[in-house]
Order: sequence, then structure tokens, then C-alpha cells
Amino acid sequence: MTQSIALNLLQIAFVLLLSPLFAGILARCKELVQSKRGPSIFQPYRDLRKLFGKDERISEDSSWIFRSAPYFVFIVPLIVTLLIPVLTDFPLFFAFAGDMVGAGFILAISGMFFTLAAIDGGNPYGAMGASRTRMVGFLAEPVIIIVLFTVSFVANSTIPYIVQQHWVHPIANFFAPSHVLLLIAFFMVLLAETGRLPVDNPSGHFELAMVDESKALEFSGRSAALIKYGGYMKFVVLSIVFLNVLTTPWGLATNGSPAGLALAIALVAVKILALIAVIVAVESSYAKLRLFRISEFLAAAFVVSVTAMITEILHL
Amino acid sequence: MTALLLELNALVLGLFIISTIAMTVTRQIGACMQIFIVQSLLLAASAFLLGAAPFSWHLFALGCVTVASKAVIIPWLLRRLVPGEIDRRRELSQAIDVPTTLLIALGLTFAGYAFAQHLVHAADNLSPGNISMGFAALLVGLLLLAVRIEAVPQLLGLLAMENAAFLAGIAIAPDFPLIAELAIAFDVPLLAFIVALLARIAYRSMGTTQVGGLASLKERQ
Repeated sequence: MTQSIALNLLQIAFVLLLSPLFAGILARCKELVQSKRGPSIFQPYRDLRKLFGKDERISEDSSWIFRSAPYFVFIVPLIVTLLIPVLTDFPLFFAFAGDMVGAGFILAISGMFFTLAAIDGGNPYGAMGASRTRMVGFLAEPVIIIVLFTVSFVANSTIPYIVQQHWVHPIANFFAPSHVLLLIAFFMVLLAETGRLPVDNPSGHFELAMVDESKALEFSGRSAALIKYGGYMKFVVLSIVFLNVLTTPWGLATNGSPAGLALAIALVAVKILALIAVIVAVESSYAKLRLFRISEFLAAAFVVSVTAMITEILHL
Repeated sequence: MTALLLELNALVLGLFIISTIAMTVTRQIGACMQIFIVQSLLLAASAFLLGAAPFSWHLFALGCVTVASKAVIIPWLLRRLVPGEIDRRRELSQAIDVPTTLLIALGLTFAGYAFAQHLVHAADNLSPGNISMGFAALLVGLLLLAVRIEAVPQLLGLLAMENAAFLAGIAIAPDFPLIAELAIAFDVPLLAFIVALLARIAYRSMGTTQVGGLASLKERQ
């Protein structure tokens, strides 16, 4: 049990320490693809250090929600980290405390507080960003639910540690048409939920066009740092769900030996880098969708996920 | 070996049905055509995979013909004959909006699967998935043919139907007679050529290829 708790802490350390690096690599790769030099891959660490060292300004009229939201945004991805297989393919201490639906609900808590805080700040752009994020969220949620239904049809479970074993035992499950459909649907939702390009431009500076970013405009100093950090970690956590649970359950540590864990850390990092390469390709080849076209993008994801479910039920 | 090939074929089938949905959701004619090329390549991949295990040179020939005619000749012909439609016009018009079309496509996919179940049990075949997916994609292609207003996207819908029919066909009859391969080798590009020519003439005289508008076509004074 001690080992299991230690491994859980190691997972948290992995997400906590490496998530800004992945954000930096993603930003740098995007700039390189566009023939620019771009900031160093360690820039997110410097940004965080700078923001943590700065004074904070809070509107007098804001309530406790505004003050507590950054902590929710920061802590929630770490709680989800406890539930999912980040480095090991055997269940850890908190593995059965919540399934994938539970993880989704926990992530929704931070989304709710962040949205309320954006409205609470009194900045008009905040409220606009909040309503837009909710729109994207409402449209993405049915897709996630259907994906989870499909997963539970395939694996008879929604506990991530059990699900990941089912894609490779037998290997035919990995190639099943429903698996591909499910992956594409989840990937589209991943892009929408983490504010990547066809839905939202993460590097945009134009407030009227922002979906996700404008909610954080009113935060400064430590709160801004926590929200930024939470955003980096949410991306890594969702990527890990996509990679370790749904796509490629290979390369995880099968026991608690240090060598195996070191290898697992390296392999998981490689998998995330591969996903980053795919996201860079998507972001460099698609323009941002107009706000009312986002519903079409997510409707397509929904149709793909329902097709995955039907395909699975009919055993095609 | 055969099991691995069939598993890879299942993967190809999943991608095929995704390409069909992608064709339904795209609004750009150019992108729609590129997805059609991908779909044709997937059909060819399925033919190669099914033709490899109990070796069937008919299926290999079919794959080669598909790549040549649908991934190379037809896109080239369309770009040549109606460049205004494909490159300069960005968005295609539809009779009903995209989310509704998607919902109908979903229903048709389900119907296609349900109908194909009977065929799957009736026929003794290599890959039952091919028939179901092919049937579903066939119905979605028909939907594209119905909702798209302009000539080129309609043609793409028709060709998607063709792809879907062949996807189902290669599982039912792996030893196609040669005449069927020759038919797609000549028939389909010729069909694309004729439709593209008609579209070109319509585009020149009206500035659009909206087929509904042809009913009110009048002599210029």
C-alpha cells in the first residue's frame, strides 16, 4: 500500500513538473512549423515564476468564488491524475475511488468555478468567454458520454485501468472499427475542451474572438499563474486519458521497479510528444472555425461517437 | 497472417466510415474532393488486404484500378474541367443545413447496418464488416447526392456511393469477373468527365452549377 501511494505521488509529480514543458514544446513546434523561431520550450516555467512573484489585483466587488476559482482550476487536474493510469498499468491506491465518468465530473467542477469566476470578475469579455466555453462544453458533453458508453460496452467497465487492458487482449479489439471511431470522436473533443485550434485559437490576442482565454483576463499574479498552470495540467491529463486509456496502453510500468518506472516516464513522454506532433499538424492546417460552426464540428464528433457505439453493439 | 490482415481490414473499415462522415460535414468543395481521394485509397487498401490472404489477383487489379481512376484521374479531370467550382468557390451549398444532414446520415448509417445484417447472414463471405459499412456508406452517399445543390459535390456523392458499393462488393464476390474491373476503369472516369463537362457548360453560361437552377434556364437575349 505504501508503494501504491508513493507511485500515486510520483504520477502527480510527473504531471506537475512536466506539464509546462509539454506546453512549451507545443508552442515552440507550432512556431517552427510556421517558419518562426518562437520562445524557448522552458518559457512556460519562466512565465509561471514571473506570475507567482507578482502582486495580485482583485476587484472589490468580486466574491469568494473569484478568489477560490484558481485553486479549483489548479487542484482538479491533480485529483484526476490520482484516478487514471499515468505511469503504471496496475491499479494504484485511488484507482477505484472513481471511474472515467467520475473523472469527467471532477474536471467539470473546475470548469464550473472558472466560468462563475469569469462572470464574477465583472469584465464583459469574461462573461462572453464564459458563455462561449459553456456552449462548447454543452456540445462536447454528449460526445464524452457516448464515448464512455461505447467504452463500457467494449470493456464492461469504465474504470480506466480495466478499460486499457481490453484494447490489447485480444489485439483484435485494437483494430476494431468502433475503436478507431471512438478515438477520432475523443480526439475532436480533446481539441475542443483544451481550446485548441479548430475551435479556439490558443495564441490569439483578440479578445472578441477568444473562447477560453478571455475568462482568465481578469486574473493577475498568483491567481493567473495557478490558472495557467491548471490549463497546462488539464491538457496533459486529458492527453494521458486519450493515450494511456483509449489509444495505446503500451509502455506503462508493469511493476514498481525504479528501472521500469523510469522507462515508463520516458515512454509516456514520447507518446505525449507524438500527440503534440499530431496537434501541431492539425493546428497548422486548419483555420479557426466561426463561432456558429463549432456546433457543426462537435455535431460531427457526436455522429462519429454514436456510429462507434452502434458499430460496437452490432459487433461489426 | 490471415487474422492480422482481417484486423487491419477492420481498421480500414473504421477509417472508411469516418471518411464518409467527413464528406458529409465538410463545406469546402476542395476538401470534400480530398476526402474522396482518401476514401478511394481506403477502398483500395481494403481490396489489397482482402486479396492478399487467399491470394486473389482480381482484388489486386481492382485496388490498382481504383487508385488510378478515383485517386488520380477523376480529381485531375475535375480540376481541369471545372477549376472555378473547386478552387475559387470555397463553400458548397446544401438544401438542408449540415447538423440536420449529419443527423439523417446517422439514421441512415444505423439503417444500413440493420439491413446489411440480413445480407451478412445470407452470404458466405470473408469480411462481414465490409458489407455493413459499405451499405451504410452507400446510403450516406445517396444522402449527399440528394442534399448537395451544385453539380461537382453531387458527383462526389455519386462517386462515394460507388466506392461504398465496391467496398461491400469485394467481400461478397472476391473473384470479380474481369469485366467489372474494366467497367470501373472506363465507366467511372467517363461518367465524371461527362458530368464535369456539363457542369463546365452550366458554369460558363450561369456562373453557377446549381442543378435546381437549370429548370429556369433560358436563352440569352
